[in-house]
Amino acid sequence: MTEMVEQTSAPAADAVTSRLKRRYAAERRFQFMGMAAIAVALGFLALLLVSIFAKGASAFVQTQVQLEVTFDAGILGVAPGADRDTLASGDYLGLAKAALWSRFPDVSGRAEKRQLAALLSPSAGDALRDMVLSDPNVIGSTRKVWFPVSDSVDMTNKGYLPRDPAVEGARLNAAQMGWLQSLEDGGVLTKRFNWQFVTTGDSRDPTQAGVWGAVVGSFYSVLVTLLLSFPLGVATAVYLEEFAPKNRWTDLIEVNINNLAAVPSIVFGLLGLAVFLAVFGLPRSAPMVGGLVLTLMTLPTIIIAARASLKAVPPSIREAALGMGSSKLQMVTDHVLPLALPGILTGTILGMARALGESAPLLMIGMVAFIVDVPSGPMDPATVLPVQVYLWADSSERAFVEKTSAAIIVLLLFLAVMNLAAILLRKKFERRW
Amino acid sequence: MKKTLAVAAIALATVSFGGVAQARDQIRMAGSSTVYPFSTSVAEQFGKSGKFKTPVVESTGTGGGFKLFCSGVGPDFTDISNASRAIKSSELEMCAKNGVGEVIEIKFGYDGIALANAKKHDRYSLTRKQIFQALAKNVPVGGKLVPNPYTTWNQIDPSLPNDKIEVLGPPPTSGTRDAFLELVMEHGALEFPEIKELKKTDEKAFKAAFSSLREDGVYIDAGENDNLIVQKLETNPRALGIFGYSYLEQNGDKIQGSIIDGSEPTFDNIAAGKYVVSRPLFFYVKKAHVGQIPGIKEYVAEFTSEKAWGTNGYLVDKGLIPMPDAERKEWAKKAADMAPMAK
Repeated sequence: MTEMVEQTSAPAADAVTSRLKRRYAAERRFQFMGMAAIAVALGFLALLLVSIFAKGASAFVQTQVQLEVTFDAGILGVAPGADRDTLASGDYLGLAKAALWSRFPDVSGRAEKRQLAALLSPSAGDALRDMVLSDPNVIGSTRKVWFPVSDSVDMTNKGYLPRDPAVEGARLNAAQMGWLQSLEDGGVLTKRFNWQFVTTGDSRDPTQAGVWGAVVGSFYSVLVTLLLSFPLGVATAVYLEEFAPKNRWTDLIEVNINNLAAVPSIVFGLLGLAVFLAVFGLPRSAPMVGGLVLTLMTLPTIIIAARASLKAVPPSIREAALGMGSSKLQMVTDHVLPLALPGILTGTILGMARALGESAPLLMIGMVAFIVDVPSGPMDPATVLPVQVYLWADSSERAFVEKTSAAIIVLLLFLAVMNLAAILLRKKFERRW
Repeated sequence: MKKTLAVAAIALATVSFGGVAQARDQIRMAGSSTVYPFSTSVAEQFGKSGKFKTPVVESTGTGGGFKLFCSGVGPDFTDISNASRAIKSSELEMCAKNGVGEVIEIKFGYDGIALANAKKHDRYSLTRKQIFQALAKNVPVGGKLVPNPYTTWNQIDPSLPNDKIEVLGPPPTSGTRDAFLELVMEHGALEFPEIKELKKTDEKAFKAAFSSLREDGVYIDAGENDNLIVQKLETNPRALGIFGYSYLEQNGDKIQGSIIDGSEPTFDNIAAGKYVVSRPLFFYVKKAHVGQIPGIKEYVAEFTSEKAWGTNGYLVDKGLIPMPDAERKEWAKKAADMAPMAK
């Protein structure tokens, strides 16, 4: 050995060093490219998140105005002693308008008063109704209440629309701008957290539109999908991997499962329409049907992931279990499955994430719809978050632009919570050897 | 694991036994995405009155809406179909075949279609003939139909600016595109004697002549989302976009509607019938469901009330162009009588 090294002439040594140098350089280049790829990916992610948050964050606050309201039974048209239905039918918006008019006593004339009242959201009376319903004795007293303003005022206050009435496209005229300024100077116009957005269902009026109906719809759909596709998928994978004989039939089934994973999602929607609605007679727009359709879509993903992670369990585990006298079923349930579970959970969460973001198959079964009521169960009509994003993105009102981005933020949060749950579960089951 | 399986079994059981269709207590409708903002506004107001549940409104497109509507009678089928065009005879036949005999037609207003560009650039003033020349796949040159040779507006007419022709518009599935073809392209095509001749001799070839839009990148299919077209116009001020009037109204600070045949797409011009590119909007009610599904009569009454579709109604705030007073009265009467369409 030593002789050989001594015999190596100087040029040969140079060749080795330069080759070594090149190899190091190649490795550095590769590492650099890898890091560049990560940087680009992170850059796009950051761009996406920043643009969505920049556009959507403002939807979580709402411009509101504080006014002194006198609960005048005359304006309301109901007396304090009336029953609940009568109380609910009072003219609460009229009360809110009267409060605004009394703040600007020099505004007179029908047209001018109308313009002033247009500053308030059509839902301005709702808070007053709730107050009266919870305590009818409030009628007759005077309170300070925060009211939501109309979407034009909200957009102007947030800087999305020009403040100068002379600029074309401004939605408020000079008089309205003046009133707004006076409210601002009086310190009664501020942006407050938009509870309506996170607690109510859809609405045509941007100031009243909420995302909660879609969140609940998504929750039920994903729940149904999870409850059906996880056990079915795991059972299929376990049978195919651990019990099924290897023959032409199981090969055929395997090929079909792999093909199903690549079928465009809208096809599953058509299937859902033909089977669940037409044959089984399930109601349209129900998250139950949505969940069934999404189950069909996620099943192949879960089966493939589960089979792969079952395969990854070392054969020695199986042999040891069988050697200790356990039955095949005991081997699977007590040893193989717990070890494969982290991988199965990863596959499941991928499938669930796809199901959560899907809107195309839901069009066919009537979930792309305007639904105001928050669903109270999986059979109630509902829509889901991606559909809500689509419907708002398609609305002409300017205020829906920020609502669209805000709904995307909520969708991302939903996804993050789901992923977090999966990570925690995975950590619990993870075993190293 | 066992518990999960048990829960899944229960879930499956609920699906198979609990889901049998029962009578509905909620109105269901489907149809045009152009009518969607109006029907949802009415539905919401109707639901707020407290007596009935808020109806469910699906946005499926006019054709998709009729398909659901005409599939049969019973709680599984929609009660009302929203449409941005009148029902076709083929659709009425399908209805009749499936037992949906009597259908009530209600026209509730107009929608204008605007051709707009960003404010950074000059406003275009075009005629329907020029638009046809700019967008048709084949145009008559020297008495013959040839593949569209025009690339800039001033090649069509020297008075137009020397700008590249670029138009963003809706895809073939859209009702807006159907209306655009009928209201602009067909009229533009008829200005040419050779195409007019074609209409008499070969109806099919005539239809192809005005309804095929260019596929060489001049007409850009921008998808169903009109807000997206508005955004694209801002980045490309020379390009024109085709979309409903309400989007023009909402984005008045960014875009301007082109003058077509001498009139601008403004509220007053469309309402007065001066702006030529406007179309009627309808909704259709299944007579067999009136009285069966609670609230249909009341919903129609709400829609056809002055506070909704009137000149100062809340639908006008959503971009509806109301019908003239006399026409409104006539249709309101039809709605109140629930008079089905003549067969």
